[in-house]
Parts: sequence; structure tokens; C-alpha cells
Amino acid sequence: MSLAGFGGVLVFARHAIVDQHRWMTAEEFNETFALCHFLPGPNIVNLSMVFGSRLRGIAGGVAAFTGLLLPPTLIMTVLAIIYARFGDVEVLRRILAGISCAAVGLLIAVVFRMMTPLLKRMDVVVIILMLGVFTAIGVLRWPLQAVLLVAIPLSIGVTYLMRRKVAA
Amino acid sequence: MSSENPIWALISTFGLMSLFAVGGAAAAVPEMHRIAVDLHHWMTDKQFADAYAIAQLSPGPNVLIVTLIGYAVAGIPGALAATLAMCLPTALLAYYVSRLLNRPSQSRWPGLIQAALVPLSIGLMAASALILAQSTDRNIAALLLTATVAVIASVARINPLWLLLAGGVLGFAGIV
Repeated sequence: MSLAGFGGVLVFARHAIVDQHRWMTAEEFNETFALCHFLPGPNIVNLSMVFGSRLRGIAGGVAAFTGLLLPPTLIMTVLAIIYARFGDVEVLRRILAGISCAAVGLLIAVVFRMMTPLLKRMDVVVIILMLGVFTAIGVLRWPLQAVLLVAIPLSIGVTYLMRRKVAA
Repeated sequence: MSSENPIWALISTFGLMSLFAVGGAAAAVPEMHRIAVDLHHWMTDKQFADAYAIAQLSPGPNVLIVTLIGYAVAGIPGALAATLAMCLPTALLAYYVSRLLNRPSQSRWPGLIQAALVPLSIGLMAASALILAQSTDRNIAALLLTATVAVIASVARINPLWLLLAGGVLGFAGIV
């Protein structure tokens, strides 16, 4: 399954777990996914661990974790060796330069899509938080840990206050 | 183990970083760049952008850019060490938290924390895009390609792989 996941395994994971093998219901899957999303780290890897352990205990977790990571890691290592040996070849350099331009474009598109609902709500505080993190990390290049230690409590506090206000 | 050992540096770096990577791998790219390029000089700016491109193009979770960084630092052991350090701590954390929350909890805290993290992870991903663009988009043609892909991918549901391949072809033709 891991090999099917060009650019993101999630869609394939959902299809196989829910539709094909019926290992989980759609609700269970969403719940597990939400949990893995709010924890730090690569969320699809977390998902594999939680999912495997729900089925077969810790052994299942380890099996799913290894199954997801091992094949692509091996492929990646082979690519790394190829890059180390031929990375300076002119043709390869040009192709990679083209691909990285496109990859950056894709990333911008993802950011744009995720941002649209936030912009629509016109939540000034949320937009300021987003721009603040962007400036601190992207422009000023501050260390991630320091920025997040300030930004996460701040954002949670603001969200909490806003929800209270909406509820009241 | 001394702090001079590159494998140890990889493990401590990525192990710690993984716990702060809210919003997935793309959010951690600026920090990887800061550590691998600016701090330790493990790679050049160009190598880092190449590694990102390779990780996007290859199958598997795109967090595996750390495999490439690890290999550049310390060969195959480095590649394995970096991958495990990035993935294992949070996977274990996820395992224990999921056991704690085995029943669907009535608490609104998970939903609230998640909502609070969304703007932060978008900000982080935007920063990733900026940092990568600074190293890839050195001329007008490259900038145009990035902008075009961004627009196409925003409005159309097209498999990203085709756009990456198109970028590769343009690069091969020497246009970008």
C-alpha cells in the first residue's frame, strides 16, 4: 500500500482499510485520523501505528508501521545513492530543477486551498496568527520550537475564548 | 556517544523535531532547512530543494525527505537513523494516546486544540513554500512554472504526479 501513495498515502489508506478489507467503519477511520492529526509528527505514520494496534495489539502496530515505512525508505535510500553519484550530471540537474519548481507550486496550491475557508470566515485573529507564524519561520528563520512554544498556547487560548463568546 | 557523531546528531535532531511537527511533514520543512543547511551545513540550498523534489516524486509518505538528509550526512546508517528518529517517537505517542482515549471522548478539548493548530500549520506550510521557492526559482521561467503549477493545482483536480513530470520535462528541455 505504501508504494501506491504518490504524494500522499491517505486516500489509498482509507480505500483499503474501509472499503476493501472492512477493517474499520468510516466513522472509526475518521476518528482515528482526527486523533493522529492533532498529534505531532507525520500523521499517516501515526495512523498506521494506531490502526495496526487496534486490530492486533502492539504487534499489529509494529507490523503496520514497518509495512508502511520500510519499502519507501529502501527506495529513498537507493535514490539517495543515485543522487549522490549522479547528482552533478547536467541533464539530471535540469530535470530536478524543473521538478522542484513544480513541487513548490503544488505546495503553494495546498496552502491556498487550506487557507480559503479561513479567509472566508474573516477571522482577523486567526489570520494574524497564521501570518505571524509564516513571518517568524519563513522570513525571520526563527527556530521552530521557540515559535511554537509561544504560538500554540496563544492559539489555543484565542480559540477557547472565541468559542465561549460564540456559545454565549 | 560523543556529540561529534553525525548519526547521533541526526537522531537527536529529528527525534526532537518530530514532536513539534504539527500539521505533518510539510510544516517541518523550514526547520529541516534551518538545521540541515544553515546550522550544520549538511547540504547546500540546492541539494535541499532537490531532496524535497525527490521526496515529492517518490512513492510513500513525503516525510521521507529526512531519509535523503540522513543519507547525505552519514550514508545508509544515517538514512535509517533519520527515518526512525522522525517517525518512531510520534508513532509511539499516538499509540499510547489512542489507548487512553479508547472510547470516543465527550470532551471538546481535542476538537479545540485541533482547530487552534490549523492556522499555525498553514503558516508553517506557507513558510516552507517560501524557503523552497527562494532556492528553486532563480529565474523568470522557473518562477512562471511554479506560479502556473500553483494555479492549475488550485483550480483543477489533476493528479499531482503529472504536474511534477511536466516540470521535469520542461527542465530536461532546458527551459527552466
